[in-house]
Amino acid sequence: MSRGASADPVWLRRTLLTVGVGWIVLLVVAPILAVFGGALGRGGAAFLDAVFHPDTLSALKLTLLAALCAVPLNTVFGLSAAWLLSRFQFRGRNLLGTLVDLPFSVSPVVAGLLLVLVWGQQGWWGPWLSRHGIHVVFAWPAVVLATVFVTFPLVVRELLPVLQEQGSSEEEAAILLGAGGWTMFLRVTLPNIKWALLYGVVLSATRAIGEFGAVSVVSGHVRGQTNTLPLHVEILYNEYRFQAAFAAATLLVMLSVVAVAVKGFLERRAHR
Amino acid sequence: MSRKLPGFGLSMGIVVFWLSAIVVVPLVALVGKATTLPWEGWSRILLDPRTLAAFRVSVACSLAAAALNALMGTVVAWILVRYPFPGRRLVDALVDMPFALPTAVAGITLTSLWSPHGWLGAPLAELGVRVAYTPLGIVLALAFVGLPFSVRTVQPVLEELPGEVEEAAGLLGADRLQTLSRVVLPALRPAILAGFALSFARGLGEFGSVVFISGNLPGRTEIVPLLVMQKLEEFKAPEAAVLGVGMLALSFLFLLPANWLQTRLRRRR
Repeated sequence: MSRGASADPVWLRRTLLTVGVGWIVLLVVAPILAVFGGALGRGGAAFLDAVFHPDTLSALKLTLLAALCAVPLNTVFGLSAAWLLSRFQFRGRNLLGTLVDLPFSVSPVVAGLLLVLVWGQQGWWGPWLSRHGIHVVFAWPAVVLATVFVTFPLVVRELLPVLQEQGSSEEEAAILLGAGGWTMFLRVTLPNIKWALLYGVVLSATRAIGEFGAVSVVSGHVRGQTNTLPLHVEILYNEYRFQAAFAAATLLVMLSVVAVAVKGFLERRAHR
Repeated sequence: MSRKLPGFGLSMGIVVFWLSAIVVVPLVALVGKATTLPWEGWSRILLDPRTLAAFRVSVACSLAAAALNALMGTVVAWILVRYPFPGRRLVDALVDMPFALPTAVAGITLTSLWSPHGWLGAPLAELGVRVAYTPLGIVLALAFVGLPFSVRTVQPVLEELPGEVEEAAGLLGADRLQTLSRVVLPALRPAILAGFALSFARGLGEFGSVVFISGNLPGRTEIVPLLVMQKLEEFKAPEAAVLGVGMLALSFLFLLPANWLQTRLRRRR
């Protein structure tokens, strides 16, 4: 807190605090409360019925499966890409960096479209695959692929600035002292980047669990089979079963509250 | 930077394989599918009144939401950094909720809140203001999803702004408002702009939070991503691909400057 800012006149402080906190309450707090309001509107029994409905649970299972597949894959990729981009100079490095970041700027719906055009019946490999009995689009593999796409750059984005800032001198010292590549990675690199890595993993998991647009294009909405939790919420809502939709949504709200709490914890650890 | 470090071959292999499988091949497929249509097909789709209207709605609503976020995001970042008020850590955490909350959940809860029967929509409806199922609703949903981008680009810059400059301005006789508008605001401008662009780009592609609250009225509240979805459902993959290429081009137009601004900000820190 600098002295210059504490000199803000009282009326200015009051106005800005009211406007800022008021905006957060209106834009963020009210919608979260409305989820619980809608979920509990018809009493606790109806709420529990909707939460423990087999369709809700199977949707939850697919959501977690997609996250469990996508996050580790993208973590391995993220570590490799961040290592490559921060430690080596080579031709095409900038292009590679741009391509890695690209999924971030693609609309989720277009991401789903991309998958359909490669793996679907109107796509490149779809017809061949389906002749051999393999279905990707409108089945769970496409849900996983869509999740991979939307979480693609998240780990790299967190690791790259940290690795760049640290420089490579510690790692070079380890190699000169005779450490092998994996020893260097496990003993020198990993301890230095562990908080950023965990942070990226949490961000990816959060995004993976909540993804809607891309998954919505490729899943086919088969209830009990290819429905993720966000899609299940959508279907219930479109069937005017609002209370059930909000009850299922509370599961997602609670997952995001956990994610935000973990993120705050990691940020405080990383600052230390 | 040196070649003495191990792992070049392995990491290059992993990156090139995964990047090709997930990003490059699908993008080539998109462009390939779009080019199966002749030029007349492209212009027929892109210049169709319904398409043009959808692009207009998407761009206008994203711009309005990004501007709203630039203003409110700066206010929120300012109070978070400068004013120690009770509950500040909670407000700081709440700023991340729009990122963490699944967009579909945001969509249904915003709709129920602001619809003419909702907690906030009902009193407004009596005043004759409708939010849900109008462009105003789209702006609101996009302001929601874009909020963390604005706050989190301005906040770190504000944290590292040296207090001495403000004190110097004060000593030289500027009153507080002059200091804020002539010294602080110009220093924040690149960050505010970067947040604006990020929020705008996010808004252009946003789907989940918008489809519920927009009402999807063709020509009035229909957004481009929804149009892509409909083309796909009608098995018109090439037309969907053309729209997809159009959306990609539009978001690059705005994301490239935003990324450039952000790297510049990071370098300066």
